[in-house]
Amino acid sequence: MSVDGVTTGAATTGAATTSGVTAGMADTVAIDLQHLHKNFKDVQAVRGMTLSIDSGEIVALLGPNGAGKTTTIDMVLGLSHPSSGSVSVYGLHPRQAIERGLVSAVLQTGGLLKDLTVRETAEYTASLYTHPRPIDEVLQRAGISAIADRRVGKCSGGEQQRLRFAMALLPDPELLILDEPTTGMDVEGRRAFWASIRQDAERGRTVLFATHYLEEADAYADRIILLRHGVVVADGTSSEVKALAAGRTVRATLPGADEAKLRAIPGADSVEVRGDTVLIHSNDSDSVARYLLTSTQAKDLEITARALEDAFIALTSDDNPQSGGSR
Amino acid sequence: MTAPSVTVQDRQAQGRPGINLTVLGIEIRRLVRNRRTIIFALIVPIVLFLFVGTNKSYANVNAAKVVGQVAPAHANISAYLLVSMALYGAALATTAGGAMVSIERAQGWSRQLRITPLSPTAYIIIKALVAMVLGLSSVIAVFIVGRATGVPHFLGGYAYLWFVSAACVWIGALVFAALGLFIGYLLPSENVMQFLGLVMAAISFAGGLFYPLNQAAPILRDIAEWTPMYGLNELVHAPLLGGSIDIMWVVNAVAWFAIFVAGAVLLFRRDTARV
Repeated sequence: MSVDGVTTGAATTGAATTSGVTAGMADTVAIDLQHLHKNFKDVQAVRGMTLSIDSGEIVALLGPNGAGKTTTIDMVLGLSHPSSGSVSVYGLHPRQAIERGLVSAVLQTGGLLKDLTVRETAEYTASLYTHPRPIDEVLQRAGISAIADRRVGKCSGGEQQRLRFAMALLPDPELLILDEPTTGMDVEGRRAFWASIRQDAERGRTVLFATHYLEEADAYADRIILLRHGVVVADGTSSEVKALAAGRTVRATLPGADEAKLRAIPGADSVEVRGDTVLIHSNDSDSVARYLLTSTQAKDLEITARALEDAFIALTSDDNPQSGGSR
Repeated sequence: MTAPSVTVQDRQAQGRPGINLTVLGIEIRRLVRNRRTIIFALIVPIVLFLFVGTNKSYANVNAAKVVGQVAPAHANISAYLLVSMALYGAALATTAGGAMVSIERAQGWSRQLRITPLSPTAYIIIKALVAMVLGLSSVIAVFIVGRATGVPHFLGGYAYLWFVSAACVWIGALVFAALGLFIGYLLPSENVMQFLGLVMAAISFAGGLFYPLNQAAPILRDIAEWTPMYGLNELVHAPLLGGSIDIMWVVNAVAWFAIFVAGAVLLFRRDTARV
């Protein structure tokens, strides 16, 4: 089964090199996880994760609740320690990477002091770094200059999240980590938040974000790592991940189709003949299409991918035998 | 903003980030804004002193009378009570200051700080410093108001005891800064101060701060010697009383300080190891 090939990052290297690596940092590995495990009492939250993320990539860690996204991020940030395996960030221990301002994060659970103003919160944080960016600059980039003197307790959830983003920009980090950054925001807030992130990432920052919103992963990531029960079940570009789970459907007009012959096409999973129309589901739609166009009289060829949501459900649902882990 | 242009090698960690004037300034502004803290640390001890310590009949009575000491003390009863209330205020202030970690843990701020270069040790040092600043403000406020009433009085040649007493109170309040941190790591709650108000009143009664122990039942006196306010209460009054210092007072104060510090360190370690 094709999914097996990417279960533990065997396909990672391929995916990484195809993603948007910026010039200059191309050789630098931002995050390197080796055989990472994390157990909480009798729960195995992360079960053998090996992957690497290159500088300049925008990567989504996608999965349902309990897939191990936050646990993984906590270990990358040094907030918790792996039960076994290793984590390195720019070749350093996570804590060292944070101390040097190489990594910063917008956490789901990180709190803010309600009695400070937005600006004071940023000043406090800035004073902890050796060479912080100017306060006004980060507030402006996060779109909260106008509310700089407002008490944090009086800010909306979205504004507080933008403040966390502003704080994360202070060290001018190489790697920005976002854990479910838009949870609890309204649609408008989410759009505005992602616009700031997107704008920022265009300047070459590496971004890793966890989300259970498929649209976010699809829209903002170069690469999607799909997690389920603490293991990677798919890793690649959004279209690669879609194809992995569901394959694509090749549809063509082919009068007098020979069903048996079509089934013999390498990569064809199922064949359906409806009058003059044939529908072939395949994980290798390219070779099916090539065969149809070169060896048959097929015309009006159409290739459709299933939505990412279908891939997500297929790969992460418990009753699907395709998806790696066991219950 | 430019793209991340610094290379990994260029990035150096600072020695001990966090213990700087920006952080201390912001922390102190927070204290001033918090009405409950100000009431606890400044208003309560001042009001208590104005009620119990300014009785005109105290003006001409030697403080030796309060404790049943034979030799005359260097101050009147009002000055004795001023020092008592300053200790109560400083204890409330430093406990409240230390216990701020509780509120910050409840709000998730300490977790947020863990993704910055601030080390947990630097954080606890900042909290202790802030608690001591609040304690100092309390002592100064109580002494200034006390002085302004004109009732407390040190005998001729002993005016320097104003400063010695204030300094003793402030240094002694370290014990309660440690207690505050201990409680702060023990109870992750936004309402820790209500609880602390009661605890401090109980500790102060038990330790003899609010009434002379020599007039208490013997059983209460025996109990008092084991409570955290006892040693400090005796020690901060020792300069103005001019008597000798009982080693057991020092043992009491140091032992409680050690207990609170150990408790705070233990819980603090557990707190940072968790997650």
